[in-house]
Amino acid sequence: MALLQISEPGESPGPHRHRLAVGIDLGTTNSLVAAVRNGIAVVLNDHDGHALLPSIVRYLRDGGVAVGRGAEAEQARDPRNTIVSVKRFMGRGLKDVTHAENSPYDFLDLPGMVQIRTVAGVKSPVEVSAEILKVLRARAEESLVGKAGGELAGAVITVPAYFDDAQRQATKDAGKLAGLNVLRLLNEPTAAAIAYGLDNAAEGIYAVYDLGGGTFDISILKLSKGVFEVMATNGDAALGGDDFDQRLFCWVVERARLAPLSSEDTRLLLTQSRAAKEFLTTHLEARISATLMSRETVDVTVTQKEFQEMTRPLVAKTLGPTRKALRDARLEWSEVKGVVMVGGATRMPHVQQMVAELFGQAPLNNLDPDKVVALGAAIQANVLAGNKASGDDWLLLDVIPLSLGIETMGGLAERVIPRNSTIPVARAQEFTTYKDGQTAMSIHVVQGERELVSDCRSLARFELRGIPPMVAGAARIRVTFQVDADGLLSVSARESTTGVEAAIAVKPSYGLTDEQITQMLKDSFDHAKDDVHARALREQRVEGERMLEATEAALREDADLLSTEESAALRTELDALRKTLACTDHRTIKSGIERVNRASEAFAGRRMDRSIKRALAGRKVESL
Amino acid sequence: MITLTERAATHVSNFLSKRGKGVGLRLGVRTSGCSGLAYRIEYADAVNPEDQTFESHGVKVVVDPKSLQFLEGTELDFTREGLNEGFKFNNPNVKDECGCGESFNV
Repeated sequence: MALLQISEPGESPGPHRHRLAVGIDLGTTNSLVAAVRNGIAVVLNDHDGHALLPSIVRYLRDGGVAVGRGAEAEQARDPRNTIVSVKRFMGRGLKDVTHAENSPYDFLDLPGMVQIRTVAGVKSPVEVSAEILKVLRARAEESLVGKAGGELAGAVITVPAYFDDAQRQATKDAGKLAGLNVLRLLNEPTAAAIAYGLDNAAEGIYAVYDLGGGTFDISILKLSKGVFEVMATNGDAALGGDDFDQRLFCWVVERARLAPLSSEDTRLLLTQSRAAKEFLTTHLEARISATLMSRETVDVTVTQKEFQEMTRPLVAKTLGPTRKALRDARLEWSEVKGVVMVGGATRMPHVQQMVAELFGQAPLNNLDPDKVVALGAAIQANVLAGNKASGDDWLLLDVIPLSLGIETMGGLAERVIPRNSTIPVARAQEFTTYKDGQTAMSIHVVQGERELVSDCRSLARFELRGIPPMVAGAARIRVTFQVDADGLLSVSARESTTGVEAAIAVKPSYGLTDEQITQMLKDSFDHAKDDVHARALREQRVEGERMLEATEAALREDADLLSTEESAALRTELDALRKTLACTDHRTIKSGIERVNRASEAFAGRRMDRSIKRALAGRKVESL
Repeated sequence: MITLTERAATHVSNFLSKRGKGVGLRLGVRTSGCSGLAYRIEYADAVNPEDQTFESHGVKVVVDPKSLQFLEGTELDFTREGLNEGFKFNNPNVKDECGCGESFNV
């Protein structure tokens, strides 16, 4: 006998037509699965009533796998084969992994993604994550379909907003490997906003402050007419609750004057540190006591105040990205209508306090910060599986992390789509030829905030050929940038008189880590002044060269229009301009250009007269 | 007469308060499914003039007259089977039902 759920009025599914979909928060520290039951999103518990599944996978010698609490219980004893915080390794190379030297794992630095050698063989982070997802999938099927068995229609898995393509792809692959139909990946902060029902709230700006186990994300969402628009995102992919554990662990090691620890002892003390951190949320002091492998005993007491002092720099690290996100969205603190707290680490009183001070308002925290993301994902999954009447689904917009543009003469980057533009987006800009008779144009697609191409990231190059020969500046070449909803960029160039076209498709964020993105942004702020100067210099150089070229071409053609003196005077100015091109002050070049302009005024006038005469020769007025 | 077990009523009340709106629970049947008729169980936002209503453990149960013919005497229960939980119709009118219990015949 099937167990039935209550539906919304008029939305009862036909028999055997239930489309069961779940939302999964695949977290660094803990993972959860949630679903909409009886019209309400709920987290699905395991047989022991636990909602959180520790994201810990232990590989056994006999090929077996333990996931969650079973693995956690043995991690101090078997740290090499017990993988914790695998999310940090998703889609990452060894060099991207922070604290690799402190990890107890036997890493293999393979191209693409780091791998871990375990007693059961070499495992990729995708395989490890899939083990976690398999457990959640089994839990969901048992909860939703019952023992009779049955399939889930699909799952929405959440990822940090800052995950790049490689990390997103790895997450999708893990879902597939676990036998899940991944309906879509959803940014964690957006999921949290959905869980809080902000889609039904007053229109306005909301900030989502997500300090999870391993990642910090700040997102600025704009809600209008029930649609969420991600205005800006920022964050730190290597900052989270784990770092607070690590900090406390280091403090304990110093305080207890411990010699370098074995990996077992490290794991043991880290677990103790985490427990102490959680205890300090509601207590004024916590005790850490343990007996190490070396028979040494550790027994220290840490007060809430001491803990807050030592971790204050970690809390402060969230301020920069938060300010930047707000600046990118061109907003003031006062414009933020509400702040949503997500992630277990936001339970810490000094985190709450700092966020309240920063935004000048108490943050929203009445939902369990560990569960909000999974709940929001479940609501989204329910919509995507088709269980909700249409018109109720969300259009979740994403943004471009770095500006996209093309290289123009002089190695300058011309922005076509500015960063933080919402996708999908299409922008077009017209460019022209630089030389007379130019029949091809090389299009170099770049990404970044800097003025010079050499400081930006090269994405792709292609050529537009078959431009009809024309004088410089006459051709009209329309370059269109289009970024689709999946973040795929295609660039096309089209010459308007002949219609010749060339195009290329690129993945703009491919292979870019968040650190790289952050660094590129930081550089653009740091070098803003230099860049403006460099741009002005290059522009004047290009203009000067163009001037020289054009004037010399004219002299070759129509030298007879000038007297010997006039010709000599013009050549003197041209030589002077040529010399200024090497100097580093753009104003010097500019004045050289102006002098050539003045010296060639009369010449240009005479050439104009001659070409008009030529054009009109032998033609009657009526035929014009 | 249609009734709810106390456990079913408690869950319905909880769901209704979490949902934040609704006057009660609407039960019904429709013709579909492998054995002819299928149950409907929905939140009721309004009571129509022709509807029959019952009060059971503080929960208002709404049934349309056509469905009531097939549901008369039914008791709605809420049960748990392993991790799965949900509502179950104990319907004395049922002659046979499909293996899954989602549809039935009278």
